[in-house]
Amino acid sequence: MKFGILVNEGPYQHQASDSAYQFTKAALEKGHEIFRVFFYHDGVYNASRLLVPPQDDRHIANRWSALSKEYKLDLVVCIAAAQRRGMLDENEAKRQGKDAHNIAEGFHISGLGQLIEAGIQSERLVVFGD
Amino acid sequence: MLHTVNKSPFQTNSLETCLRFARASHSVLLFEDGIYGALKGTRLESLITDSLKSYSIYVLVPDVEARGMRIGDVIDGVKPVDYAGFVDLAAENTVQAWL
Amino acid sequence: MEDEVIKKFLYVNRKAPYGTIYALESLEVVLIGAAFDQDVSLAFIDDGVYQLKKDQKTSVDSGIGMKDFSKTYLALGDYDVNKIYVDKASLDERGLTADDLMELVYEDEDDDYKEKSSISIVNQDELALLMEQQDVVLSF
Repeated sequence: MKFGILVNEGPYQHQASDSAYQFTKAALEKGHEIFRVFFYHDGVYNASRLLVPPQDDRHIANRWSALSKEYKLDLVVCIAAAQRRGMLDENEAKRQGKDAHNIAEGFHISGLGQLIEAGIQSERLVVFGD
Repeated sequence: MLHTVNKSPFQTNSLETCLRFARASHSVLLFEDGIYGALKGTRLESLITDSLKSYSIYVLVPDVEARGMRIGDVIDGVKPVDYAGFVDLAAENTVQAWL
Repeated sequence: MEDEVIKKFLYVNRKAPYGTIYALESLEVVLIGAAFDQDVSLAFIDDGVYQLKKDQKTSVDSGIGMKDFSKTYLALGDYDVNKIYVDKASLDERGLTADDLMELVYEDEDDDYKEKSSISIVNQDELALLMEQQDVVLSF
């Protein structure tokens, strides 16, 4: 079955991203397809490549990146939610005249239409938030 | 339809609202802090026991164990699942998250 | 359109405005989603009913210093988003009635563009039935 996943909360503060990760991983391991994981609201912070968690804890952004690499997972960060929270990819940083960008490997920034498309194309949309 | 609740019923009304809209043949999954609603001996126990007469309630075991509880602490009739079981439930039903 | 799939989308709003950003960003999804010509309904339950309270008053330069986005709800009818369901029990327990809510309207193309209310105040059985009919339920 084809799933879409929506993550509405940022890393560490809430369990939402962890639950979404465990669900996504379990679904992939069972042979299901994940059409897209969409990060919205504070969920956009999961895509930060500047996270530096303690060594003995999970690295939430890297964990998503690794899953993306292994399964060619489409990790999409909402551009509107990301911009107002200071999450920019290289192109967007250039366009906005900012001196840095901070999107981790495997994630890419795109519009809210990608969430609606995930709702249309997936057989199930599962929402994780607070 | 699968309803998911991830909040403690002592913190928000998500569980109570969810149960207000759950109908026969639906399923309810309690996970994250939502698992506190599945435990024996709380103010909510009779609500859960009554609800079990109409539909299935599931609890995510990794969230139960992470919080120092065991399956034995969960109300009889509430079914334990792991993440793979959560995926199965979501595959069978449209999912509504009570955030 | 590459395919003609039309799905039933329900947006469930259970959070009050301003205290958190969920209401505003949820509305942004609804507006973008409207361009996809899907079958869209909005449900307002619990504190979500406060999103529709009329007479909201704030701006970037006054009051709490946040944009008053409540006017955007008034435009939903122009985007063909005109199925707005409000949970009666949630209104009742907050001491609110339909008169406390903004007047959300749309022009009915099939009825000589007559202006009609987009809001239906419904009981929990009606709302539960609506939920059962959905393909996609988005909660924020």
